[in-house]
Amino acid sequence: MQRITIDPITRLEGHGKIEIFLNEEGNVANTYFQIPELRGFERFCVGRPVEEMPLLTNRICGVCPEAHHMAAAKAVDAVYHVEVPPTGKKLRELLYSAFYCTDHTTHFYALGGPDFIMGPDAPVAERNILGVIHKVGLEVGGKVIQMRKFGHTVVEIIGGRKIHPCTSIPGGLTKGITEEQRKEIETMGRWAIEFAQFSLKAFNDIVLSNKAYLDLIVGDIYTHKTYYMGMVDENNKVNFYDGKVRVVGPDGKEYVKYEPKDYAEHIAEHVEPWTYLKFPYLKNVGWKGFVDGPDSGVYMATPLSRLNAADGMATPLAQAEYEKFFSALGGKPVHQRLAIHWARLIELLYAAERWVELATDPEITSPDFHAIPTATPTEGVGIVEAPRGTLTHHYWTDERGVVTKVNLVVGTTNNYAPITMSIKKAADSLIKKGNVNEGLLNMVEMAFRAYDPCFGCATHSLPGQMPLEVTILDPDGNPINVLKQYCE
Amino acid sequence: MSKPKFAMYWAASCGGCEIAVLNIHEKILDVDAAFDVVFWPVAMDAKYKDVEAMQDGEITLCLFNGGMRNDENEHIAKLLRKKSKIMVSFGSCACEGCIPGLANFSSIKDMVDTAFTTITTDNPDNIRPQASYTMPEGIITIPTLNPMLKTLDQVVDVDYYMPGCPPESHQIAAVVDLVIAALNGKAELPPKGSTIGAGDSTVCDECPRKRHEKSIKAFGRIQLMHADPELCLLEQGIPCNGPATRSGCNARCPIAGAQCIGCYGPAEGVVDYGARLIAAFASVIDSDKPEEIDHILDGLVDPAGQFYRFNLAGSLLRSSKSAQKG
Repeated sequence: MQRITIDPITRLEGHGKIEIFLNEEGNVANTYFQIPELRGFERFCVGRPVEEMPLLTNRICGVCPEAHHMAAAKAVDAVYHVEVPPTGKKLRELLYSAFYCTDHTTHFYALGGPDFIMGPDAPVAERNILGVIHKVGLEVGGKVIQMRKFGHTVVEIIGGRKIHPCTSIPGGLTKGITEEQRKEIETMGRWAIEFAQFSLKAFNDIVLSNKAYLDLIVGDIYTHKTYYMGMVDENNKVNFYDGKVRVVGPDGKEYVKYEPKDYAEHIAEHVEPWTYLKFPYLKNVGWKGFVDGPDSGVYMATPLSRLNAADGMATPLAQAEYEKFFSALGGKPVHQRLAIHWARLIELLYAAERWVELATDPEITSPDFHAIPTATPTEGVGIVEAPRGTLTHHYWTDERGVVTKVNLVVGTTNNYAPITMSIKKAADSLIKKGNVNEGLLNMVEMAFRAYDPCFGCATHSLPGQMPLEVTILDPDGNPINVLKQYCE
Repeated sequence: MSKPKFAMYWAASCGGCEIAVLNIHEKILDVDAAFDVVFWPVAMDAKYKDVEAMQDGEITLCLFNGGMRNDENEHIAKLLRKKSKIMVSFGSCACEGCIPGLANFSSIKDMVDTAFTTITTDNPDNIRPQASYTMPEGIITIPTLNPMLKTLDQVVDVDYYMPGCPPESHQIAAVVDLVIAALNGKAELPPKGSTIGAGDSTVCDECPRKRHEKSIKAFGRIQLMHADPELCLLEQGIPCNGPATRSGCNARCPIAGAQCIGCYGPAEGVVDYGARLIAAFASVIDSDKPEEIDHILDGLVDPAGQFYRFNLAGSLLRSSKSAQKG
C-alpha cells in the first residue's frame, strides 16, 4: 500500500495526531485521529470526599471549569438526595449563563470566526483574534474583551473565583449575592444581550451575505447525517443547566429522551487500541464504525445538536433567531457542520437573555441558597450542557460520602467519532490520486474547528486544550503543509 | 532593536493558566508591546519547528505550565529550557503537580485500567491503548505515559516558580510589569529559584474571617452545616488549608464561604506542605485524650488527599509505592 502520511512529525508539540493512509490509486484508504494522553480523573478522584468533586473536576478543563463545576454540583446533590432551594439553582444557572456568553464569544471571535471574518484562505498569521480586531476595528475588539470580562466578573461574584469556581456544594452554594451585586450583574447582562445581537448581525453581514461562504456552509463536504443530542426543559426548549437529555435521529424525530440518572442505559463508549480517548455512541442503536445514518449509533453534541434536538429557545429574541436559522437552512435537522458557528451565536443570545431573566428574578438575592443534606449519600448523576457537548458526571460513594467510583462522559468526547468522520470525509473528498491540494488543507482544518474541540476537556486526559498540529508529508516524506487547531 | 521574545506553553494541564493570562485583559497589549510573542499556542499560530530553529537562550521569558505526564511533555520542557533565558514554572501543575498529581497515589496500570473499564465502556476484548499499534495500513503511535507525574523542576532546571491554580491575574499583571521594568533596567529580578507572583505569608494572614484561639472538638463537612460567614472556617471544624498555604490569592475561597484547598502550595519556608498542615490541624484539636483525638481525626475522611491535594508530585513523598513500581 502506498502511504501518504498526515503525521505530526512535530510529534512532540502536537496533542492530537492525524494519520491518513492512501491506497494504491493514491486515494484515501483510512484515517486515524489519535489522542495522546490520559490524566486519569476516574481513578484518582476515588477516595476523595465527594463535596470536593466540584473543585477537583474543575481541573479537567480550565477553559470550561464552570461546566465541570456545575455537572459535579448536580451529581453531588444527587449523591446526597438533596433538593437545592430555588435560589441555589438560579444562582448556579445565572453563573452558568454568564459563563456561556464568555465561552461562546471566545470561540466565535478568537477561534471559529476568524475563518469567516478573515476568510477561509487568509494567511495563518492573520487568522486569529488580532487579525479580526485589525479587520473589524479596535472598537469591536474592545467589545470582545468587555464581554469576556463581564462574564468572568459574574463567575467571580457567584462562584468566588474567575477560574475554577469554588462555591457549589451538595445542596446549593456556600454564599448568595447582595442586591448591589444583583444590580451590577443585571447591568452587565443587558449589555451582553446587545453584544449577542451585534454578533449575530456581524455573522449575517460577513458570512451569510457572502455567497462563497454560504456555499461552504451548505456544501456536502461538511455534512454528516447523524443523531443529535441536547438537554431540553419541560417544554423541549434548549436548556444548559437542567432538564432531560433528548436525542433526535437523522430524520429530526425524537429518538429518545432520558433522565440524567438513566444515561448509562443509552450511552456506551467504544474503545480503539490506538488512542487514549473512547468513542461514545447510542448503545441501543449500536456501534457500526465511523459511519453516519440511522443505523449507526454515532451522535453529535454541539450548539447545532442542541438546536436540532430541541423544539425552540426559551427566550424571545433567541427564538426568533432559531426560526430564522432553520428557515434559512431548509428546515430541521440541519446536518451541515459549519452551521455550528451560527448556532453558537444563537445560543450566545439565549444565554444573555437568560442571564437577565435570572438577574431580575425576585428570588435571586434570597439567603435561602443552601439546603443541608439529611440523607445518606449513595450514588448520583449530574448532567449539564457544556458549550462543547452534553457533560455527564456520575459518582458512587460510601455512607460517609467518600468517592468509591467515578464515570465521566465529557463534552467533546461525544464528538470524537463525528470529528474523526469529518476529517476522513474532508480527506476523502479532497485527496485524489496522491495529490494533496493546498486549498483543501484549511478546509480540513475548518472541518474540525467547527466542533470547537477541546480534548483536554473531552478526555479529562490531556492538556486542557489541544494545540493540534498536522504536518502533511508527500510520499517521499517531504512536508507539504501544516495544519493547526487550538481550543482557545 | 528587536524586542525580547516571549513564549508560553502547556504540558499536562487544564488550560486555566492560559485563560488566567488572557484575563489580564488590556494588559495583554503591554505584553504585546514589550515582547515579540514567538510561541504561544493558545493565542497565536506559531510553529514548533520555529522554536527548534532558535538559538539557545533566544527566548527571553518562557512561562511553562503543566505537569510531566508523558515523554512528549518532557521532551518539549527540555527543548524550551534550552531555548529560554528565564524559565518560569507557571501554575500549580508545573510547580507541584496539582490535582493531576493525585494520580501518583496509584499505579499507572490501575489508572488506565480504571478508565477503560467504566460502566459505559464497551470493551469486550479488554483493550488498552498501545504506544505503538499496527493497523492494516501501517504503524501508528501515541506517547508513553510516565509511571509517575513529575513536576517541571524534576525534569529541567527552573529559574522562578509562580504558584496558583491558576495564578491570579493581578499577580500575573504584576509580574509582567516587573519583568518589563527589569528589561528596561528599572528594576531587578529576584534571585534565581525564588517564588514570584505570590505572597510570603499564609492564606490565613490574608483572610478577613474572625479568628479566636482555635480549638475544635470535631471536624465537619461544609455541606452538612450552615457555616458562619464571618468566622474562621477551621475554627468551625471545616478542614481549611489556609494555615499551610502560601498567600497571594487574597483568600478568595474563604471569602466566598469555601475552604482553602491549597492551590497556592506551601507557604514560604515550608519544606513539606502536608507535614505543615498536619501540624496546624493537630494544634487546633481540643483534647488530650487519645481516644477522643482519634475520634476527632476520624472526621478527616481523606487525610492523604487533604494534606497532599495539590502537591503530592512535588512533595517529599512524591508518590505511593504502587506508583513507583509502575
